[in-house]
Formats: sequence, C-alpha cells, structure tokens
Amino acid sequence: MLREEELKTFVEGTTNYFEVAAQQPATIGSPYLMEGAPAVHDYTGIISISGKREGVVYFTAPRAMLTVLLMKMQENDFSHETMRDLVGEVANTISGNARRDFGRDFVISVPSVLAGEKPAIPQKPGQRSFIIPINWRSHSAKLIVSLT
Amino acid sequence: MSAVRGIGAGAGRSLKLLIVDDSNIMRRRIERSQQLELEVVGTAGNGIEALEMFRKTDPDMVTMDLTMPQMDGIECISKLVQLKPAVRILVISALADKATAVEAMERGANGFLNKPFTDRQLNEAIAELMS
Repeated sequence: MLREEELKTFVEGTTNYFEVAAQQPATIGSPYLMEGAPAVHDYTGIISISGKREGVVYFTAPRAMLTVLLMKMQENDFSHETMRDLVGEVANTISGNARRDFGRDFVISVPSVLAGEKPAIPQKPGQRSFIIPINWRSHSAKLIVSLT
Repeated sequence: MSAVRGIGAGAGRSLKLLIVDDSNIMRRRIERSQQLELEVVGTAGNGIEALEMFRKTDPDMVTMDLTMPQMDGIECISKLVQLKPAVRILVISALADKATAVEAMERGANGFLNKPFTDRQLNEAIAELMS
C-alpha cells in the first residue's frame, strides 16, 4: 500500500512533467483510494512495477488533451500511433522519475498502451489504487498508482 | 549559430549524432531541439537497432534512452564503446536514481540528462559532451 510520502513522489512527478515537458503546470486534485479497476480515458499508458514493490502505474488521458499536449511539444502528427506513444512516454517518465525516491530496485517495464477500453490488468482481490486527478488547460486526466 | 566542430570531426565536418529512444516523439524532439547543428545520421528504437545504425553510420555522438524493449540502453552502451571507444554517449532517461546514472557512466556513458528536459538543458548537456 502506498504511504503518504510515496504518493507525494507521484504527485510531484506529475506536476514536474507538465511544467517541463508541456511548459504549463497542471493542477493536481485530491488523490483518492478506490478498489477494483478504475475507469480510464481514450488512451492509457501502463507501466508494470517489479522489484522492491509490485504493481502498476497508469497514465490515462483523453485524445483532446493529448492533442494539445502534442501541439505544445511542437508535434504536428496527431495519429493514433502518436497518441499511444505519448501516453506511454508520460507514464514512463513519471514512473522512472519515482526512482529518485524509491531507488533502483523500483523496476519499471517498457510502456504498454491501451486505447479506448478498460484496462485488462489483473488485479489481486481487494487490491486498491490511488487515483491522482490531473487538470490541465480545461482537460482532465488521471495518474493511477496501484502498488503492494 | 555556426556549426560546431568537435572531437573526432575532421576539418569542415559537423559531428554526427545517432538518436536512440523507443519513443518516436522523443526522437523527433531531440532532433528538432538540438541547436548545435549536429548532423543527425540516424535514429533507433531499441538497442539492437542502435547497434545496426551505429555500424552503418559511425556517429561521433549518441543520445541513449535506457528503458527500451529487446535491448536496453545500459547493455547497448557497453557494446557501443567496445565498437568505438571514442564515441560520446549522452544518456537521456526518465530513470532518476543515482545508481542508474553511476552504472551508465561506468559502462561508458559521458553524460546523463533526466527526462523531462527543456531545450536549453538538452543543448547544455550536448555542448558539455563536445567540450
């Protein structure tokens, strides 16, 4: 289960990502805990975690937000493949940055991506996830952290 | 800004850069953002592709992601420096723990830049490798 200071790592990582990569800060809503598979947006980047901790980190966002994010990155390719690339890269960056606090034994996978469907990530019975709401330029996204 | 001449470059030749990252967006970003007029001679999406491109293009400098499928960046760095000890390698990675940075340098990388980064940070990191 995630401790409060560990949750802070992910909140700060998310804030930093938007501030640097998107050049515009995001507003982070109050994180909350839920049981079962959370609802997702159009595209979801998924990082499996192993080593000292086990679980999954997801970044899920609507196509509209990803389009604007790509524009801010001076991209002009808004294809399905580029959307998948972006959510994977965001999930990868936030998860990788978490190693600053979690250490090297917080092993992250290469990203996998789901589009438009509920994640088929197996969850242990009773496993809970922290949902971190992200608001950026009138768009909403979520970072979901589910760690043992 | 005039083109930069540096280590390994002959008279009148820009340094050759190979960009390695499993994200197409990131590869384009690095190519677009570098302002030192390096000649981008190739890109690769994993360590195996990187080795093929390296042999084909003989770059002076490589930007290297670490978390990649098939062959990760750490393993790839070891192989590149065996092929060309003088190659300059800048790791560009989301992995922000010190131990990873130390390992990358021990394997032969010359610099480490964490993602996310600004254009200025990228160019400063590349310039440092060229000095």
